[in-house]
Amino acid sequence: MDMKVAKKLGLKERYSLMTRDLAWDTTFHKMEDVFPQTTYEGIKIHDWDKWEDPFRLTMDAYWKYQSEKERKLYAILDGFNQNNGHLSVTDARYINVLKLFLGSTPPLELMAARGFSMMGRQMNGAGPRVACQMQAVDEYRHFQTQIHSISNYNKYYNGMDEFAHQQSRMWYLSDGKSFFDDAITAGPFEFMVAIGFAFEYVLTNILFVPFISGAAYNGDMAAMTVGFSAQSDEARHMTLGLECIKFMLEQDPDNLPIVQRWIDKWTWRGTRKLASVGMMMDYMLPKRIMSFKEAWEMYVEDNGGSLFKDLARYGITIPKCFSQTIEEKEHVSHQSWIGFYMKPEATPFHTWIPTPDEMDWLSEKYPNTFDQYYRPVLEYLDQQEKAGNRFNNKTAPMNCQVCVSTMKFNEPGDPMEMCFRESIYNGEKFHTCSDHCKEIFDNEPEKYVQTFISSHQVLQGNCEPDGTDVNVPDFKPGQNMLDYWKLDKRALGDFNGSEDQKNFAQWREQATKN
Amino acid sequence: MAIDLRTVSITPLRQTFGHLARRMGADKPASRYIEATMDLQPVENFHYRPTWEPQYDIFDQTRTKITMKDWYALKDPRQYYYGAWTLARGRMQEIAEGDFDLVDEMGLAAAYPAAGKDEALKVFLPLRHVAWGSNLNKAYVSSYGYGIAISQAACYASMDQLGVAQYVTRLGMAFNDLDSLADAKAAWLNGAEWHELRRYVEDLMVEKDWFEVLVAQDFALEGLLYPLIYERFNEKLNAAYGPVFSMLTRFQREWYGETTKWMDSVLKVAGADNADNKAQLAAWIKHWRDRAVVALKPVAALAFGAEADAVMDELVQNLNARAAKAGIAL
Ligand SMILES: [Fe+2]
Ligand SMILES: [Fe+2]
Ligand SMILES: [Zn+2]
Repeated sequence: MDMKVAKKLGLKERYSLMTRDLAWDTTFHKMEDVFPQTTYEGIKIHDWDKWEDPFRLTMDAYWKYQSEKERKLYAILDGFNQNNGHLSVTDARYINVLKLFLGSTPPLELMAARGFSMMGRQMNGAGPRVACQMQAVDEYRHFQTQIHSISNYNKYYNGMDEFAHQQSRMWYLSDGKSFFDDAITAGPFEFMVAIGFAFEYVLTNILFVPFISGAAYNGDMAAMTVGFSAQSDEARHMTLGLECIKFMLEQDPDNLPIVQRWIDKWTWRGTRKLASVGMMMDYMLPKRIMSFKEAWEMYVEDNGGSLFKDLARYGITIPKCFSQTIEEKEHVSHQSWIGFYMKPEATPFHTWIPTPDEMDWLSEKYPNTFDQYYRPVLEYLDQQEKAGNRFNNKTAPMNCQVCVSTMKFNEPGDPMEMCFRESIYNGEKFHTCSDHCKEIFDNEPEKYVQTFISSHQVLQGNCEPDGTDVNVPDFKPGQNMLDYWKLDKRALGDFNGSEDQKNFAQWREQATKN
Repeated sequence: MAIDLRTVSITPLRQTFGHLARRMGADKPASRYIEATMDLQPVENFHYRPTWEPQYDIFDQTRTKITMKDWYALKDPRQYYYGAWTLARGRMQEIAEGDFDLVDEMGLAAAYPAAGKDEALKVFLPLRHVAWGSNLNKAYVSSYGYGIAISQAACYASMDQLGVAQYVTRLGMAFNDLDSLADAKAAWLNGAEWHELRRYVEDLMVEKDWFEVLVAQDFALEGLLYPLIYERFNEKLNAAYGPVFSMLTRFQREWYGETTKWMDSVLKVAGADNADNKAQLAAWIKHWRDRAVVALKPVAALAFGAEADAVMDELVQNLNARAAKAGIAL
């Protein structure tokens, strides 16, 4: 071929030469031995070459763009830290958002990195393999930049110092851990639906945009910059998730029911994780962006709705749980915040009762539920707190065997009635939080009986500080949970009167007085 | 609302995260590499066993015969977290871009002597497939390796090899020759010269011990292949025809020089942890080194003709010396 031909290569041909043309079918070993994981889930792929590359980025271009982004990002972080940028946030309550974020998000980004590396090794097709590898290395970027941006806050405020230790031990982080553990232990195609599609496509905006805008609204340049910078990677991740769904559906009609079941399952599992985003938006941001309900309508009902309309031509229907999530959007943030407020000795972030102004904002945003169900509870808790009788729920919670959430959600159609479901497996009873979690359990009971439920494990002596001898005669399990969690006492309980509150006020005064 | 902050110095409550202070033995500031790496991979309370390999936990130390008192001792001397890695590669790609542009602008490829071009492309172009295999094998290490210290370094190295495969492809394109890329692929699949090398790479695709894959791919194979081609063969071409190929493979040479530091340090630290490791590493290195020699001899013959054996012998001596320096007696 001559010079002109090589120069005239289209983007698609050129990219193909840079990726799939590098690959070959192995002959010293059978392809199914080299890629042993892509058949057992029942997904049928006839022609991996039909994969449409969702983006065409060669490594040289990748390094060029990403290094420019990193240079800018770290310059902003350095400047923010040098100038005590933490003192420019709206008020010190905001820092609790970062504590929640640090505990819940970088550990999951890390699991995404490891999971996509596995996909980047296991997918037979060269096209999907490269796309997954690129996402894997992006996810390294995400957890590392998140940790780097919060690292400076950790120097001045309590409750962030043990996030690495707590990621596998804290009861309320267990739902996120179970989500990713579930996905990574599933086969590669289910992982792609779980993380690539449900998490990165359907739910990514509602998961991350509120944090980013929350940071921007509340003067946190560090977290805002990290968030925006990551969003430019997410655009690629979204196209990968969507392409994967389309590819499976186009390859064989038998794939449809499997893919649909996974979409139903993972949209629901993801939704359960959103309760904490909701309470962050409605209760924890001193300066609010919009209500969780509004965000839900915009990012999930509208955007998600049109996505599923688009997928209808493949036979995909809107996830079964959608109607329930629409009902729950008016409740979950309140139920979550009240739930956390009631456990002042078990989280590394502070809680508080909203101010009267903030309660009025909630009434306005939640006309159907707030005044009727939640204002009275909050006002009662407030009175009790002021009377020196601060509520402290020490009873062990009941958890869902699938999503591991504390049972706190209401029966559909009845906000006053707590919802739970029961399944029997091998003669043993297992509880779930909803019809959707029950269905997930019943589909794969042998998997979900394994779920690590802290409240059960505590009783079996499996949640003791390192070095505890559980065989001494008078051993009582669960007496040293703070040590097991490495939970700093200064980080617990009420924001009012906390060391964070005092320090922030004093430092800010020092930095602003003339 | 932007507020004006005066510069004041406030005393921090702590210098770093708890897990890092315990690791460093003191509460002192930690580098970005340390913050981005240490103790981050979950090690306990996994919810479920992998449906694809239920005999293991999600992350499981027993996926290799190597044992470590501390998996984070396998630190990267380059201190590559994502930001540092991508900045380093960003600089390298800028230089590579300049080289490719220069060759294009000055018509250096077109002016290259035809004999030299054929001789060179026959050797270089099938290596895009070797790099592709290396990408896959390193992806295995990053997927199943234990601890973020090793998993991230392997992940970056895996992406680096995708980059190498693409730079070699561009080398073919710089010589405006798509046919030679197709010929090279045919040679890779069917040519006798490449048969053993392809067997080597494919064997690693089904090897289960990730540490063994690392030793075989990164130390034994690349420890011979890179000096053979990107150093020696380039020197030969430079002397005979001019430095165009040296320019267009600068990324590979730089990558090798830098990555060797990481690989040698991994060997040294793993070997120093206990005597069983040291013996196991020595056994793997001997086994895979000898196989790599078998795999590379026909390629060396293609590149060096009658001098091939002498060149290979010297490179094996150098590789042995690297192992010895890392404390692994062969
Ligand atoms: Fe991410
Ligand atoms: Fe992502
Ligand atoms: Zn549930």
